[in-house]
Amino acid sequence: MSIAPPIALLAELTHRCPLSCPYCSNPVELERKETELDTDTWKDVFSQAYDLGVLQLHLSGGEPASRRDLEDLTRHAAQLGLYTNLITSGVGLTPKRLDRLEDAGLDHIQLSLQGTNAALADRIGGYRGGFDRKMKIAREIRDRGIPLTLNAVMHSQNLDDLDRTIEMAVELGARRLEVACVQFHGWALKNRHNLMPSFEQTLAVKKTVAKAAQQLQGVLAFDFVPPDYYADYPKACMGGWGSTGLNVTPNGTVLPCHAAQTLSHLHFDSVRNRHLSDIWYDSTAFNAYRGTDWMPEPCKSCDRKEVDFGGCRCQALALAGDASATDPVCQKSPEHARIKAILQNASPQEDRGFVYRTLDPTRT
Amino acid sequence: MTLVFSASDRPYLPRGVRIQRDAVRDRTVLMAPEKVIELDDIGVAILSRVDGQARFGDIIAVLAATFGAPAETIEKDVQQFLQTLRGRLYVMVKP
Repeated sequence: MSIAPPIALLAELTHRCPLSCPYCSNPVELERKETELDTDTWKDVFSQAYDLGVLQLHLSGGEPASRRDLEDLTRHAAQLGLYTNLITSGVGLTPKRLDRLEDAGLDHIQLSLQGTNAALADRIGGYRGGFDRKMKIAREIRDRGIPLTLNAVMHSQNLDDLDRTIEMAVELGARRLEVACVQFHGWALKNRHNLMPSFEQTLAVKKTVAKAAQQLQGVLAFDFVPPDYYADYPKACMGGWGSTGLNVTPNGTVLPCHAAQTLSHLHFDSVRNRHLSDIWYDSTAFNAYRGTDWMPEPCKSCDRKEVDFGGCRCQALALAGDASATDPVCQKSPEHARIKAILQNASPQEDRGFVYRTLDPTRT
Repeated sequence: MTLVFSASDRPYLPRGVRIQRDAVRDRTVLMAPEKVIELDDIGVAILSRVDGQARFGDIIAVLAATFGAPAETIEKDVQQFLQTLRGRLYVMVKP
């Protein structure tokens, strides 16, 4: 099998974040500041990535603005020729820092949206005042003309505000709105009972997005990530394992996807002791589920095997107990009844409180 | 809003969208927010003329002359190509 070079690198510069969203894509075991890669090591990682064929760099976290060297890292990446995308909550950005980021050559900002009003957004983010600070910096981004995508993470508690979310994206001059329904890994899995949309909400969101995309064509582009438990077929996680992108955690661990550390039987290499190119092409972790040879039935003989690549390995482990099983979201999976059972309990229920993302397990 | 280009429209690549060489894969790509689109020679020929100055009608005329093809055929292809990009806001228009 010939292995194509990766196109994108997700750099989780830090796991520090002022927010504590209960669906955070960071692992449940967060990494501390003391273990983060230093500036020069990150720069070297970006250089290696560019040489390897990476074109798009996502500067993420945690909150990447928690890194004081964000501007310096952005400048290095932009000078290499990487397309630099800042994935941020906006908290920690200031007009002065935007000046420096623009000067450094930042190409695009993806701003997260927890909710359409302060009461809801601050409850989801677990940070009072966060919404107002976000809106202030969002208007600053708009007025500067920095290309902006709004990433609205949607779930049972805010899906009914989708119309207002779309209005806000237009008001903020965003070119793109990502309607990203929560995917249930890590923190989100812990909070699934409080986040899982109902069947009616799932139908409504699809309809609303399709209609708005038509009405707003040329004004706002849409990307829609549906709640995959309700889908007939699984998502093509990462476009196929080890096929398009890689993820580097704050301490330099290189992963095929942000949740891959839940696959505890795999060993993940670090940029501290192995070259990124070696890790991409030759490591056991990146080759574990690459291509289609690893697949079990019903994937192996399925005509969709190169469409969805068997779905998500982390979800297969979490829900079917086997990382090399067909993603149970698939209606052909022998474990699909488990998904049906979870959804039967997904009707609106009393809010039992979130398990907030935190380094300190006593704060829930 | 319609995505169709009129002859007097002046299309351009907005901030955050650019044509770039991809040395590792020996190709030219359009770089956009969280997206890389591979360009063939015709794509490059079209987008290299999309500069916010040239009008859509003029771009068609130049391409028709360059490729020795009927303007109607060229226009159909270019409309389709640029409308797809305009739908994603990778191409915008000055009146």
